[in-house]
Amino acid sequence: MSQSNSTPNSGIVEIRVGLASCGMAAGATQVSKALIEALEPHGVPVKAAGCIGMCYAEPLVELIDAEGRHFMYGKVDDERVQGIVDRHVKQGQPISEWLELGHPGAQSEKYLAKQVRIALRNCGHIDPENIDDYVAAGGYSALAKSLQTSPEAVIEEVSQAGLRGRGGAGFPTGLKWRLTREVPSDAKYVVCNADEGDPGAFMDRSLLESDPHTVLEGMIIASYAIGASRGYFYVRAEYPVAVRRLRKAISQATERGYLGDDILGSGHSFEVSIREGAGAFVCGEETALLMSIEGRRGMPVPRPPFPSERGLWDHPTSINNVETFANVPFILDQGWQAYAAHGTDKSKGTKVFALAGNVVRGGLVEVPMGTTLREIIYDIGGGIPEGHTLKAVQTGGPSGGCIPASLADTPVDYDSLAAVGSIMGSGGLLVMDDTACMVDVARFFIAFSVEESCGKCTFCRVGTRQMEEILNRITGGEGSPEDLLKLEEIAEKIIKGSLCGLGQTAPNPVLTTLRNFADEYEAHVNEKRCPAKRCTALITFEIIADKCTGCTLCARNCPTKAITGESRELHFIDQDKCIKCGLCQNVCKFDAVAVS
Amino acid sequence: MEAAVQEQLTAIIKEANVERGAAIPILQAVQNKLGYVSKEMIETISEQTGIPASDLYGVATFYSQFYMEPRGQNIVKVCHGTACHLAGAGRVATALEMATGAKDGQTSEDRMFTHERVACLGCCSLAPVVMVNEEVHANVRPERVNALMRKYRKASETKNSEGTNRVAEQQHTE
Repeated sequence: MSQSNSTPNSGIVEIRVGLASCGMAAGATQVSKALIEALEPHGVPVKAAGCIGMCYAEPLVELIDAEGRHFMYGKVDDERVQGIVDRHVKQGQPISEWLELGHPGAQSEKYLAKQVRIALRNCGHIDPENIDDYVAAGGYSALAKSLQTSPEAVIEEVSQAGLRGRGGAGFPTGLKWRLTREVPSDAKYVVCNADEGDPGAFMDRSLLESDPHTVLEGMIIASYAIGASRGYFYVRAEYPVAVRRLRKAISQATERGYLGDDILGSGHSFEVSIREGAGAFVCGEETALLMSIEGRRGMPVPRPPFPSERGLWDHPTSINNVETFANVPFILDQGWQAYAAHGTDKSKGTKVFALAGNVVRGGLVEVPMGTTLREIIYDIGGGIPEGHTLKAVQTGGPSGGCIPASLADTPVDYDSLAAVGSIMGSGGLLVMDDTACMVDVARFFIAFSVEESCGKCTFCRVGTRQMEEILNRITGGEGSPEDLLKLEEIAEKIIKGSLCGLGQTAPNPVLTTLRNFADEYEAHVNEKRCPAKRCTALITFEIIADKCTGCTLCARNCPTKAITGESRELHFIDQDKCIKCGLCQNVCKFDAVAVS
Repeated sequence: MEAAVQEQLTAIIKEANVERGAAIPILQAVQNKLGYVSKEMIETISEQTGIPASDLYGVATFYSQFYMEPRGQNIVKVCHGTACHLAGAGRVATALEMATGAKDGQTSEDRMFTHERVACLGCCSLAPVVMVNEEVHANVRPERVNALMRKYRKASETKNSEGTNRVAEQQHTE
């Protein structure tokens, strides 16, 4: 790096590095260090920002010039750091081929074009660990406004906006607050459910890591509306960065008088603490979550009474999801009309989705309710990787269903997704192409439910295990046609015989794949064949004679020494030794390993 | 139980705010500092906090985060979320098993690695993902797992020898 102390003449006044978990996983910490080292001597501040949701292009670095123009570089590594410093910062020449945003025709413009960012409005734009950044972006003004009106007026505003619970069930938020408010009690609680356990969902993690104050402000407003003086964040222990930033946000807000006694002189007092989950998916269910905060095994209890009546330590409690809270400051600040202008008749506003799987641009997207799956996958996500076709979309994680490609024009809102056998869920949106085996996917989700069932209800505890055994048989090439009937029968009983949402929805992935991908089940059962070539019991790895160059790479990587062959000669796989780990296929540079 | 461990436990409990519903935070603090929660430790916690040992045991065995036995020096969590599953988490897990000798849920014989599966680390767009201690590794290719583990093994070995042979080490470098 150049050590000269000349001021860069490009007019770059600030640099931001996306430092949420996904960015850090991609190497953003190193990028940030290198930039600080190179640019601090020149007086260009390098700041931390959250996640803008463009996970596919991490690590991301944003440059802002004196005219307020933004340049977003993607996939930044050591080489690109050097280039950005030398060419853009020092010489004022943007490097268009690395730019994701801020250049005509930049690659990611399309990713953001169809999005409407309300919950994510600050994500990626402010330093999550700096309350001044949040306040400068209009933060805590909604709280101040709310405290000047009555709690009833706050509830009315949220009800008018049509905000429904973003954790998945879609219960009207205003109504939940009203019910909790109306129960007479000497103590009331607000709980933020950040136990985001659905595999394939990371909206809450990203929100808490990128804009914790928005969530906190929403929660404080809720406490005022309900009349609660104590609140808990229940956060997944797998999210250490989120916990750290939330803790910081709480202490900053307390210092500024947004939390604690007599908030902003209103007479309302509210105190918050964090409880870290201990690794139990079922704790996302509200009654189990409350048990866990009380320090007990997280097992659901029957409702009613609902937590709004008898919740934490038998006191009225409102439990809301992270994203729900993130919408609240916007509604109170801009008015319910601004919020309700987006979305459909019954599902107002926007929804954040974690777009992942076999899609070109995966990340966090926020779209108006009613946007179709096709628009999300193709217009925002850039479609399916080249050479493959869309097979299915999975929404709602282990509680949701697999929607076939033929229904890609389904709009995303609570009712439309339910109509095709899936659910909105918390927002996981997994795109699957023709390499995914739907029987394997169903088995994967059921295995998850088996693991996470708390064991209280027999049908959930034993039934899911029976379904898993049947699916193991089918993917193992030992299934029979009766197995398919049995799956449906057990599924029905689990749905009827389970107390909480986990059991009641656990069979959904199996039922929707049985309905929409019957041919794949039949191929496994009748022909002992896995059409997607995924199920290891039904496939064999072979080396193609025409393509093998005898480079020995596969033999050297084979963990069981199943591959033999002399240098520069054709290699062979000993099928008795092969454990079908696929390493040979991964390492082969000549596409010489085939699966049949 | 060793007196030193007993002492540490007492300090952890004293530091933890024993309020209503404190069972999980206390167990988490013990787990974080001592690496696991044994039956003996549970008895000590119970005596000092008044929380029935049966409750503590029930909690410790219910949640997957608590371990009743000591674990490896490096905790390797293979993400088996949906996106990672599709991207070949199974192959990554097999490669890890080959590299460390520890199957899912096991600790390697040399106590260097504990191999765990987790439901989702929330980095779905960077699948498959592996978390070693607190570091997240993105787009992990199965064939690179061996080298990755070698790196951690080396770091741990260096750390261990520094710990035990600090004096000898110093003499050596001098």
